[in-house]
Amino acid sequence: MSGSGPTPAVADGSGPVQQPTGAGPAPWDDAVLAAVLMTVDPAGTGGVCLRALPGPVRDQWLSIMRDLQPEGTPMRRVPLHVSDGRLLGGLDLAATLSAGRPVAERGLLVEADGGVIELAMAERIAPGTAARLTMAFDSGEVLLERDGLTMRTPSKFAVVALDEGVGEDEGLLNALLDRLAFHLELSDIRVHEAIACDYDVDDIIAARTRLRDVTIEEAQIETLCGIALALGIPSLRASIFAACVARAHAALEERAEVADEDMAVAGRLVLAPRATQLPPMEPPPDEPPPPEPEQEQDQDQNQSNEQQEPQELDDQILEATKAAIPAGLLAQLQMGKLRRSRSRATGKAGAMQNAPSRGRPAGVLRGEPRHGQRMNVVETLRAAAPWQRLRREERARVGQHSTRIEVRQDDFRITRFKHKSETTTIFMVDASGSSALHRLSEAKGAVELLLADCYVRRDKVALIAFRGKDAEILLPPTRSLVRAKRSLAGLPGGGGTPLAAGLDLGMLMADSIQRRGGTPVLILMTDGRANVARDGTGGRARAGEEATAAARAVRALEITSLMIDTSPRPRQEGRDLAQEMGAVYLPLPHADATSLNQAVRATTR
Amino acid sequence: MPIPFPFSAIVAQEEMKRSLLIAAIDPSIGGVLVFGDRGTGKSTAIRGLAALLPKMQAADCTYHCDPEAGDDAVCADCRETRKHGGKVKSYKVTVPVVDLPLGATEDRVIGALDLERALTKGEKAFEPGLLARAHRGFLYIDEVNLLEDHLVDSLLDVAASGENLVEREGLSVRHPARFVLVGSGNPEEGELRPQLQDRFGLSVEVKTPGDLPTRMKVVRLRDEFERDPNAFVTKWKRKDGKVRRLIEKGREVLPEVVVPDKTLEEAGKLCIRLGTDGLRGELTLIRAARGLAALQGDTEVTVEHLKTIATSALRHRLRRDPLDESGSTSRVERALQEQFGE
Repeated sequence: MSGSGPTPAVADGSGPVQQPTGAGPAPWDDAVLAAVLMTVDPAGTGGVCLRALPGPVRDQWLSIMRDLQPEGTPMRRVPLHVSDGRLLGGLDLAATLSAGRPVAERGLLVEADGGVIELAMAERIAPGTAARLTMAFDSGEVLLERDGLTMRTPSKFAVVALDEGVGEDEGLLNALLDRLAFHLELSDIRVHEAIACDYDVDDIIAARTRLRDVTIEEAQIETLCGIALALGIPSLRASIFAACVARAHAALEERAEVADEDMAVAGRLVLAPRATQLPPMEPPPDEPPPPEPEQEQDQDQNQSNEQQEPQELDDQILEATKAAIPAGLLAQLQMGKLRRSRSRATGKAGAMQNAPSRGRPAGVLRGEPRHGQRMNVVETLRAAAPWQRLRREERARVGQHSTRIEVRQDDFRITRFKHKSETTTIFMVDASGSSALHRLSEAKGAVELLLADCYVRRDKVALIAFRGKDAEILLPPTRSLVRAKRSLAGLPGGGGTPLAAGLDLGMLMADSIQRRGGTPVLILMTDGRANVARDGTGGRARAGEEATAAARAVRALEITSLMIDTSPRPRQEGRDLAQEMGAVYLPLPHADATSLNQAVRATTR
Repeated sequence: MPIPFPFSAIVAQEEMKRSLLIAAIDPSIGGVLVFGDRGTGKSTAIRGLAALLPKMQAADCTYHCDPEAGDDAVCADCRETRKHGGKVKSYKVTVPVVDLPLGATEDRVIGALDLERALTKGEKAFEPGLLARAHRGFLYIDEVNLLEDHLVDSLLDVAASGENLVEREGLSVRHPARFVLVGSGNPEEGELRPQLQDRFGLSVEVKTPGDLPTRMKVVRLRDEFERDPNAFVTKWKRKDGKVRRLIEKGREVLPEVVVPDKTLEEAGKLCIRLGTDGLRGELTLIRAARGLAALQGDTEVTVEHLKTIATSALRHRLRRDPLDESGSTSRVERALQEQFGE
């Protein structure tokens, strides 16, 4: 953040890199170039994450990409809720029954060998589906162990993930994103800018034949790795992709060796969109002295005279890469980072849970329809179908003839459901003298409103109060609104502020809820001025330290939390505490009961 | 099958490589869990290891039983032959490394009626599943944290008992299934159930290397491999062979490795200090230290071995302490420092 942000002047100042227009390539040109390079080396680049809402620009890009594919290239579209059978393959029941022997059905991943897979609504793809894709990516083959079949089919494909996410929180899963070389953002491109592409299929085919012989030098790899490091890109795949893209671009431009221009393209298309930090403005001279050479086998002789050159080259490419980082992105990243890594990983409040009988259907499972589980008739019959001949013959052997379909216990299939796990809102109310006396009634009003809301959403609530020397659970998790109201009304005020004790208790409760598969939400109402330590003794300094430590622990557990500052004049310490907790901060003076309610809704949604 | 990237060409990630080699030397260690960042060569290492493992002597039966094993650890066929005084033929085979892909159905994992024979001949026959194929080898689960719950349950059961019991379609089959469970995953995509985590002997955390020379080396080697896999593998053949000999020698030495009382005592102290549940942690710690000693060609387990392997053997067995914000890795390291000083 302190790097003062990339200014447009930097973008124009990338002089040494030759570009036809001189002012840096337009985003659309780069997007098209990405489509071309992906097609030149589908296996090496993995594919494209195309972030854009459906519309003419995206359609134009897709049609260009499709037109670039040589004849006979398979194109497959994977819908959001694709079944395993369709994705990986399985038993083709109709063919199996008519042929009288097992016939396998090929899955989409196998059909797409050598081609392109389009992922529709990729921002909502389930982690499981993404993992199946990445497995095929990593091993270059689709491994099938289903329905009595075992198949290992080599399949290499590129993925075009159509990410229709809006805002920072919504986007392609990191596991998949990491494996795609190009991350394109088409939202800011206007329709008239989306012009046709200069390359055609013949260029692609020619480039593909050249690609194998394109070489990339040691120093160039060093440059790419150095830039990735300077831009704060943790994954090594980024550097590997950058090398691949540089070679693909060289092949496209009919070069046998990777040139500076190819490096610039790689930096711009692969590294820039992944940047998480700005490189230091003036690269300090003592920073990149590579402690070379370790045990290089063949390039020892030209090591010394190259030492100077890569440094210059470094700067050029770095400039070009930097120029491609959109302004404001870094500020966004900085803010969104914590949230992103959390919400994309473990899901939002109310994470999905398996359930026997409620929620959305999520696949079938072998088992008996007991304990209120629902039988899936179609799947049961499917499971029974292949065995009919065997079973009839078995029957015939003991003299029973029947033409009925024979369904046995092993065939039973039940539908599995998933539902959102239950949210428990834990209120931690500071009832001490300092905070409570003037504000407690207001806080109570707010909590009552929130309680009503929790009741509507069938959430559970729990109430913890801390005052005097200790914290206590006034109300264990319950759905009873009446009980919650009653215990809140009876909450006395006064005494010291044992903030750490309150936080500890809340956290223990949240942890046990998490362990039972629920989703806890912490709402802390305090003025943030701790003055009683965990052992009950007074003293502002130690109490404050302990409270900070406890708040950090809450953050480590990644519990969604909200802090409401109840002091008449909010001070920095309240804000600091919220930050340590990773909580949303809300000072009460700005919050009447209704806006408080809205804030909580927004946090717990 | 695509050519795997050579194990010896994997740059850095010493902890992961060491743990996999220890599991290869002593399968009773109970498997390896590899958790960490994307793109750190988790799958690459396991596929690479599979390619270089020394061959094993196996009986001529469906489950490639160990000809040296006792009667209770072989399949029904072998037992039958032995009972009648016959000699089971045996030959050298490569150690199986079986992938358990996501989306696998239960019948393929555990084994079920042979569909082909049922349909074409109307016969009832048992078709062994992945667990049978992995017997005496490795069962590799990528993205283990995304595996379906019911599959995990059956896996746990078999991994604990070393035996797979199939009761379905009127079949009743029991066969040995001892394998080294290797799981990999990314904690960002979902946590692993504590029960499953505990079953793994060693747990490794992998991180992307942060220094330029290492990163460069990774990219350069990868680029070289992609361009010509065959030539690359040939080039690294000798180094892979070295690793193989290391494993072979380690297996030879292993039965002779002794654990002095002093080391046992220190291991016990360390576990008490960390408050690990049950004795599994202590047992694994000792076993792993012994495996490490064998890997390094030593015949006595020293405190140094213990210190090297303690983090891998214990970090996934700590009780979650909500008051301690630091990760379990640093907790083990702290305990080590407290105990042994530095």
